[in-house]
Amino acid sequence: MTPEEWTAVRLSLLVSVTAMVASLPLGIAVAWLLARGRFWGKSLLDTIVHLPLILPPVVTGYLLLILFGRQGTIGKFLDQTFGIVLSFRWTGAALACAVMGFPLMVRAIRLSIEAVDTRLESAAATLGANPLWVFATITLPLCLPGVIAGAILGFAKSMGEFGATITFVSNIPGETQTLPSAIYTFTQVPGGDAGAMRLTLVSVAISMAALLGSELLARRVGARRVAT
Amino acid sequence: MSLDIDIEHARESFRLQARFASQPGITALFGRSGSGKTTLVDIVGGLIKPDRGRVAVDGQTLVDTERGIFVPKHRRRVGYVFQDSRLFPHLSVRQNLLYGRWFARGPGGAAGDLGSVVDLLGIGQLLDRRPDSLSGGEKQRVAIGRALLARPLLLLMDEPLASLDEARRGEIMPYIERLRDEAGVPILYVSHSVAEVARLATTVVILSEGKVAAVGPVRDVLPLADAGDGGAVLDAVVARHDTDFGLSILTSPAGELQVPLLATAVGSSVRAYIRSRDVMLSLKPPEGISALNVLAGRIVEIAPSGAQADARLDCNGAMLVARLTTKSVQRLGLAPGLPVYAVVKSVSFERS
Repeated sequence: MTPEEWTAVRLSLLVSVTAMVASLPLGIAVAWLLARGRFWGKSLLDTIVHLPLILPPVVTGYLLLILFGRQGTIGKFLDQTFGIVLSFRWTGAALACAVMGFPLMVRAIRLSIEAVDTRLESAAATLGANPLWVFATITLPLCLPGVIAGAILGFAKSMGEFGATITFVSNIPGETQTLPSAIYTFTQVPGGDAGAMRLTLVSVAISMAALLGSELLARRVGARRVAT
Repeated sequence: MSLDIDIEHARESFRLQARFASQPGITALFGRSGSGKTTLVDIVGGLIKPDRGRVAVDGQTLVDTERGIFVPKHRRRVGYVFQDSRLFPHLSVRQNLLYGRWFARGPGGAAGDLGSVVDLLGIGQLLDRRPDSLSGGEKQRVAIGRALLARPLLLLMDEPLASLDEARRGEIMPYIERLRDEAGVPILYVSHSVAEVARLATTVVILSEGKVAAVGPVRDVLPLADAGDGGAVLDAVVARHDTDFGLSILTSPAGELQVPLLATAVGSSVRAYIRSRDVMLSLKPPEGISALNVLAGRIVEIAPSGAQADARLDCNGAMLVARLTTKSVQRLGLAPGLPVYAVVKSVSFERS
């Protein structure tokens, strides 16, 4: 593989891990709200969370560009107050990937929180645990396999994200050219087939490793729970 | 300690309206399923917010809808032992037991060190196991210990023995008795079993269709409890054990009773429950029968209900009830004031 190809692989991993780690706390919070919360506008929140799943990725990318671009409402604010620029940077690619993977992550975590017996939660409360402690000591440990699954799904989605990323942050080698963008570039030039194939194989390997890793992790968490 | 309740709560077609104050010891909430027992306990525990009313433990207000007070469940210091134990599956028995101790603050409440609670409940060998490897009886004992170690001001027990078979119940009842006698925590105990209530309760509150039908000491109230399964409570003292025949001999105001061998020491007091359907009446001292216990008494009242009648007897101050057919009442000419002999099958005693 050429150094450029390695750069794309490294960048993709960096973007995906960043997207996963950064969105996980918010993902857990939103999943908990959707699973346990009773508030006005819950179905609206549910719809917004699921939007990136239904919209064409290009539309999501374009919306991100409008909002987070240098001239966008949020982008301008971030640039002027914190000096953070997302557009045409790898951080922007991570944001695009996080947004695209968010519905999958939230869905997996939400289902596993819903599977946690609320009677255990109220038992913990009668023992003196406030809602935050109940979540940290009962709900979270019991839904951990779902959290792991959600995180891996988010990561896998990020590894494959193309449309929103290329629309929002373009396809700059070394900065925003992730694996899918690099493969796409290869297919657009004559004689790029070999490079596209190499990156495709890398992409398949990483995806399978992620899946296997999550299986193993979930099994270990499950085993710890029934161990005597 | 006292528990004051005066609440109203409606959900769908059911309406709960309860008002009573309880004494120290075990207060049993007794009634058929659907009579509102669990709802009432959930209100005391803070799992349900009542539509209207007041709940106070030891003068400390937990709920007062008029003054807008509703103490959230994690600040109530009310230990709740659920029917389905609800142990945390991802924690060991030891971690389950110590869970509430993290949060237990402030003075008062039940004594709370792990060693003494483990001894009290006999769960020392279970500490490093996981809840799903425990038997039903073991789970309930751990659940009781977990509630106790949170140093509650009041213990709620919602049919803690309902999911267990007869043998397991017998295994746990002594521990609940020890709680009542040693731990000094007041207990609100939900049950629909006459035997449990007779053996454990100090005060009985009878709930019927969401209303308090009767409140009072167990001896006075329990016989009124349940027309289908009535009986009488008899306080007795273990006089001696007859190991040859595997019997214990008890003395009670009504006379001497022989029951299957009890594990309690000579001199300790026990409470026997005698079901009215296990009592036969005879006009003369019966001879040549297998039953060991015959008590002399006098009929106080005969209450007919359909083809059957309940005859209340006064046996030297102790009350006994016999369930008879109206035909027998007529045939023997039974009437208030008549001296009779009550034949009691020895197996009908609740072991204590």
